Amino acid sequence: MKQYVLQRFLQMIVILFGTSFIIFFLFAMLPGDYIDSNISLTPQRAQELKALYGLDQPVLQRYFTWLGNALHGDFGYSLKHQEKVLSLLNKYVWNSFFVAIFALVLTWSIALVSGVISAIKQYSWFDGFVTFFVFAAMSFPSFFISLLFIKWFGVDLQILPIGGMIDTGSDSTGLAHLLEVGKHMILPVTILTLLSIGSLTRYFRTGMLEVIRQDYIRTARAKGLKERVVIFKHALKNAILPAITLLAFELPGLFSGAIIMEQIFNWPGVGRIQLESVSFRDYPVLMAFTMFLSCLTIIGNFLADVTYAAVDPRIRLK
Amino acid sequence: MNETLLQVKHLQTNFYTENGVVKAVNDVSFAIREGETVCIVGESGCGKSITALSLMQLIPENGKVEGGEINFSGKNLLDLSKKDIRRLRGNEIGMIFQEPMTSLNPVFTIGEQMIEPIQEHLLLSKKDAYKKAMELITMLGIPNAEKIVNLYPHELSGGMLQRIMIAIALSCNPKLIIADEPTTALDVTIQAQILDLLRDIKKEFNTSMLLITHDLGVVAEMADYVVVMYAGKVVEEGPVLELFKNPQHPYTKGLLKAKPVIGERKDRLYTIAGQVPNLVDLHEACYFADRCEHAMDICRMKQPVLTEIAKGQKAACWLYEDGENR
Ligand SMILES: Nc1ncnc2c1ncn2[C@@H]1O[C@H](COP(=O)(O)OP(=O)(O)OP(=O)(O)O)[C@@H](O)[C@H]1O
Ligand SMILES: [Mg+2]
Repeated sequence: MKQYVLQRFLQMIVILFGTSFIIFFLFAMLPGDYIDSNISLTPQRAQELKALYGLDQPVLQRYFTWLGNALHGDFGYSLKHQEKVLSLLNKYVWNSFFVAIFALVLTWSIALVSGVISAIKQYSWFDGFVTFFVFAAMSFPSFFISLLFIKWFGVDLQILPIGGMIDTGSDSTGLAHLLEVGKHMILPVTILTLLSIGSLTRYFRTGMLEVIRQDYIRTARAKGLKERVVIFKHALKNAILPAITLLAFELPGLFSGAIIMEQIFNWPGVGRIQLESVSFRDYPVLMAFTMFLSCLTIIGNFLADVTYAAVDPRIRLK
Repeated sequence: MNETLLQVKHLQTNFYTENGVVKAVNDVSFAIREGETVCIVGESGCGKSITALSLMQLIPENGKVEGGEINFSGKNLLDLSKKDIRRLRGNEIGMIFQEPMTSLNPVFTIGEQMIEPIQEHLLLSKKDAYKKAMELITMLGIPNAEKIVNLYPHELSGGMLQRIMIAIALSCNPKLIIADEPTTALDVTIQAQILDLLRDIKKEFNTSMLLITHDLGVVAEMADYVVVMYAGKVVEEGPVLELFKNPQHPYTKGLLKAKPVIGERKDRLYTIAGQVPNLVDLHEACYFADRCEHAMDICRMKQPVLTEIAKGQKAACWLYEDGENR
């Protein structure tokens, strides 16, 4: 097991460098940059600026310069915001993170419970209701549900704010501030949960249905165990195992921001920064952020493998 | 003679499928006395497993026991509540399955799975249950019990796992053990060991056994009494010696002929021509008629009933209906 973890870890390091290389070159290959897209510059001024930002050097050299700085935690300056990339991302990424983590916890708890109940009561009215609800939630576009909820809860009932993270002009602190942000988070979190709950519920339902047909479940019953033990001990553990991998894959999603939701709810998250930096060709930000997400994806993969190995005896002991 | 432990009367188990009603167990009756081993034999799909599972009320969800009685030490199991049935399973009736590799839960240790019924039925503490589990493992001839309890199923061989399954079935001193093809998935040397083990256990604890198999070698070795099933029905039954010496039903004769005998090498093994009929929409007839070399008109029109033909031996066949012999 130790050896397996070490091996996977080294593998991960190699992949990380490979990815950074590929990402850098892909960006370098894109036509145009921040300076080209600014038509008000004279060619001479543009040339000066390119030299200043190092854009006139060969790609390989630029890559190593960038990598060297990145390893020291310096991802350069955002060209648009004229701010260090790291502090810029740090400012917005947490706003996205908190919404995402609440949505994740909600999604997983609800999906697990309803998926499992659906499976053990297959074709019951509960199962039918869950199936209907799940498909309904999956098939509406997110902007539509978002707008609908804003109309219902923000405009008609006026119980929830229609957007933003704090009330306009508010300068509350401490607990009051937390409550205020919490209130603004309700709708975004609900929307994100609704969007992702469907597939996960179906996933748990299918997994559980598969497991309760297995021979060892029949054995557990033949031993005279209580149905509760059969389902929640013998079946559930087997059904959850593959999902642990899935959970680790959610890691990048926690930090990536939700572009549509953030637009609609005017939420100051990192998704908007991303969108802006694409349209302004703010490559340092794009580079850093893409790199950040790839790292998280790769780390998520690593964690998935390791946790799966840790919980599944069939892998653990090899 | 010993007292009757289990008496199955006119058991009827049906499955509801898209193609219609599958009569998997169709009016099956038999009895097991204390200390006796009864074998159910028959081709694949004739309803052996479903008969066994009906006793435990563990049949798949689309099936239902729709008639008959299962009298077990004075109670009709079909009248019991779910809770009472659960208390019986693993406690008074132990069950062993065909596939030891998949019959144990891959994510729990052998020990954890062994102590469950002991804690549940005998109400022992965890520590005592582990002790008992290790005793059982040792008794079944597996060394290093302390190590085995901490292993996971995938770390043991099929033969070992089947021993563990037997240990689990035995753990609460059941009156009846149901073994559904316990050796089919194992290789021959291990098969012999497992059968020896079952025989020893039976002798030592005087447990009754319902052994399901399609291997007549196993029957000859283990059975006191044999029930031959065909297409969900009992076609012949009798004490093992009589049945082997003097089979009555053409199907039993075919089965015995199809069994290879060592030393008698034939160019071609005998097979019973044709296939087991589809158990959906069977109409009134002897279900074996289409494959039977003695089939008469009446065989295709009316179902023969199980009647005593020789002493203690019963068969359901029109050949014997008038008392005449062939
Ligand atoms: N869940 C089910 N739904 C529909 N039909 C079923 C189901 N389970 C079993 N059957 C049918 O019931 C019949 C008896 O099955 P059973 O498993 O008892 O056969 P068997 O005699 O044990 O055969 P084998 O030797 O292959 O184990 C078969 O024809 C099978 O098709
Ligand atoms: Mg079977």
